[in-house]
Amino acid sequence: MTNPVTVAPTNIKQRRFAELFLLVLTIVISTAGYIAASLGYTNAMPTDLWLVVGACSVLFLTAHLAIRKFAPYADPLLLPLAAFLNLIGLVLIHRLDLADAARAERAGRAIPRADAIAQLTWTAVGIILFVAVLVLLRDHRILQRFTYTALVLGVTLLVLPLLPFIGTSINGARLWLRVGPLSFQPAEMAKLCLIVFLAGYLVVKRDALATARSRVLGVDLPRGRDLGPLLIAWVASMGVLVFQRDLGTALLFFGLFILLLYVATERRSWLLLGSILFVAGAGLAYFAFGHVQQRFDVWLHPFSDPNGTAFQIVQSLFGLAAGGVLGTGLGLGNPQFVPFAKTDFIMATAGEELGLAGLVVILMIYAVLAQRGFRIAVSARDAFGTLLAGGLSIVIVLQVFIVVGGVTRLIPLTGLTTPFLSYGGSSLVANWIIIALLVRISDGARKPAPPVRPSRDEALTQVVQL
Amino acid sequence: MNNPLRKLSGFAAVLLIALLINLTYVQVFNANALRQKPGNSRTVLSEYDRQRGPITVGAKSIATSTPTQGQFSYVRTYPEGSLYAHTTGYYSLLYGASGLERVENSILSGTDDRLLVDRLSQLLAGQAPKGGSVQTTLLPDAQRTALRELKGRRGAVLAIDPSTGAILAMVSSPTFDPNQLASPNVATEREAWSKLQNDEDSPLLNRSIAQVYPPGSTFKLVTAAAALSTGKYTKKTLIYGPASLKLPLSNNRLPNQNGKACGTNNKTTLENAIRISCNTALANLGLVIGNDVIADQAEKFGFNQSFDIPLFSATSVYPRDIDRPQTALSAIGQFDVRSTVLQMALVAAGIGNQGVVMKPYLVAQTRGPDLAVLDATTPTVFSQAVSANVAAQLRDMMVTVVNRGTGRRAAIPGIQVAGKTGTAQQGNGKPPHAWFVSFAPAKNPKVAVAVIIEDGDGSTEISGGRLAAPIARAVMEAVLNQ
Repeated sequence: MTNPVTVAPTNIKQRRFAELFLLVLTIVISTAGYIAASLGYTNAMPTDLWLVVGACSVLFLTAHLAIRKFAPYADPLLLPLAAFLNLIGLVLIHRLDLADAARAERAGRAIPRADAIAQLTWTAVGIILFVAVLVLLRDHRILQRFTYTALVLGVTLLVLPLLPFIGTSINGARLWLRVGPLSFQPAEMAKLCLIVFLAGYLVVKRDALATARSRVLGVDLPRGRDLGPLLIAWVASMGVLVFQRDLGTALLFFGLFILLLYVATERRSWLLLGSILFVAGAGLAYFAFGHVQQRFDVWLHPFSDPNGTAFQIVQSLFGLAAGGVLGTGLGLGNPQFVPFAKTDFIMATAGEELGLAGLVVILMIYAVLAQRGFRIAVSARDAFGTLLAGGLSIVIVLQVFIVVGGVTRLIPLTGLTTPFLSYGGSSLVANWIIIALLVRISDGARKPAPPVRPSRDEALTQVVQL
Repeated sequence: MNNPLRKLSGFAAVLLIALLINLTYVQVFNANALRQKPGNSRTVLSEYDRQRGPITVGAKSIATSTPTQGQFSYVRTYPEGSLYAHTTGYYSLLYGASGLERVENSILSGTDDRLLVDRLSQLLAGQAPKGGSVQTTLLPDAQRTALRELKGRRGAVLAIDPSTGAILAMVSSPTFDPNQLASPNVATEREAWSKLQNDEDSPLLNRSIAQVYPPGSTFKLVTAAAALSTGKYTKKTLIYGPASLKLPLSNNRLPNQNGKACGTNNKTTLENAIRISCNTALANLGLVIGNDVIADQAEKFGFNQSFDIPLFSATSVYPRDIDRPQTALSAIGQFDVRSTVLQMALVAAGIGNQGVVMKPYLVAQTRGPDLAVLDATTPTVFSQAVSANVAAQLRDMMVTVVNRGTGRRAAIPGIQVAGKTGTAQQGNGKPPHAWFVSFAPAKNPKVAVAVIIEDGDGSTEISGGRLAAPIARAVMEAVLNQ
């Protein structure tokens, strides 16, 4: 993408109408899905159709208008892609609500509150924060000032669930905060904080990390004082996560650390070191923790205990197999047989009712989203923006791979939410902030250059930042 | 930093492709294997959503799927419930299937490979998938008579066509109502199941083929057949039959039930020994001809193997490698000899069919959903158990049992019946089982039948004749009146 230097802004393609068109298409498709799920399951139109469609239209139109006003040069695909995933998730959660309601009715219990409406509420919160980020954060470089604040905040968020009274253990993993009726998974926000810290820290230290080094056992290592804060952040997050038994997040953070270091320093030795550390850490965890060993064994031999430890993955595989290529159709399968169908196993739900075809579409949307993210990183005018956008994209890719690979038995199962699709407020809100940040960085990258164009020479970036 | 970012972008593509390849494997190539895995409740549910084919007796359905409102599209019903319970079996969401519902599942559910074309044409025509049908060989009248005559006592009746091996009646008592186990209401199903499981009389057990009993005196037919087949004996040969027989290698004596010798000078003809069911004569005969000869004969009738009718029968047992006192006891159907009711019916049928034992079968034919015949059973010979001459002599002995011996109650006016009573000791002070095996008409028989009443009340040879023979007679009459 070439940025004309002296031309008036009107000549640059903003492509906002393309964005609007895609948003309308997204809403039409998901409305059809919402109706199809109800018709398929109960033969009746959804009673809250207009509330949901109306609310979604208002929310995403607001987000679109906010981009027009506050980030007019932003990448036009980001908002529609995220909206599509968010709304498909809403359709799937609605479909599982119907099964929950039917089950409660059969058992003579009260029909539970619809989770789709709760998810819609969280979508609203997510969009409000999305708009807030665009309005309040006019330049992403401001975030660089909060590098160490982000580190402290991120580590604090990770430690919080371990504290008594507010920390809560759900399904064996202690990674929830409970305040009154609300529960909150702080790891999702900690993820954002750590990306901001890493981007800010690596921008300053990357030269030191890349050049000044000592040789240990034939491997070039950076100096201790450059490595120190990084090591502290790494050990703290790994330790806490292992202690909380949240393997998925631990894997995600580990991958993020290594890959972002590689991007910042351009040194492959980080990848090598990372691989060694990963194998060593995984081996250590396997022998030290019974639950890690169990996850691994279940991955290798799921059908040795299909009704016990392997119940979740086996049910997930049964669901995927039932879906086949084209899926059973919305409302016509039995995705409710899979435990945690609305959260960790939402992709099994999609695979059963929308089939391989549906999963390919969803995965391609993630792929396009991540590719747009990497593109924004490459085109960002400052190194901080590059690292921030790169970090956000890496996190999307890794998270999707870890969770989808887990539920389809490509890799051992570790608990993680599927970005935008899974039921859960913390995850949804955090992901909308990620999109807002990408929108902000891409707007900065594509908007007409100020009269004196800053050098894109990366070596000078630090000077600019100071 | 752009170079690593571009590489990462490629790395992301690799991860995506790995996910897609794995998904294609799981959802396309491995999907069928996953669907067939035991415990896949989706597969069970989908079977509940298709019209399962009927099981029929003649043209009448004894198990059928009827459309219903509610969670499932169809409900499985058994119009005559308990009458055919052990033939149809049950088809339960929670407890799986039994009987023909289980062994013929691929036909009934329409998943059989031979029905592939039907499935495809149903798919193309947009029709709901349908299963094929299974037609049994049973005769409703014989079946009804057998269940009625058993009067809820623990026991079983199995009637067979000696010339084909077709099973005409297969009743186990007490029976159960498979409708309750096929109920779409999970609570009803669970309650019915636990009731059946806790019932001391085990109604789910198919006593006609799945349970073995000591055959007692009915087994004397096999010992007699073995002796005649050696060529050294005829029915008129005099054999040794004292009041009590001293068993070799021990001080134990085997007495006759009535405490008397079976003939003058402790000698009697083989025919008379069978007529009065003389224990000492047949036990001694066994000692003389030896265990291997009896075992070979028993195996020709079907002992020491199981039958696939296609319900799976238990294996009837005649022991080999036993000592001489054990041989004496085995020759009169005691010690470790065990037989299903089906097996003793085959002994009677083989004798009636000039020594030829036909392979027993319960399924006459299977049809696709379009009513085209997939598979029709053709009668096949299982073995030539004895020669026609030996068979004729055995038949004559069995005729005297009914005319002048222990089996008088099996006689049918105007039709000659051949039969043999049995009273099988169980030991432990439990009352003996009452047996009766027979066929009619004696020449060119149309039906052979075996009956057992568990724990018959008497302790003498009379109980087989008194309790079991009338049931056999009623079932034979029902078949002959067709």
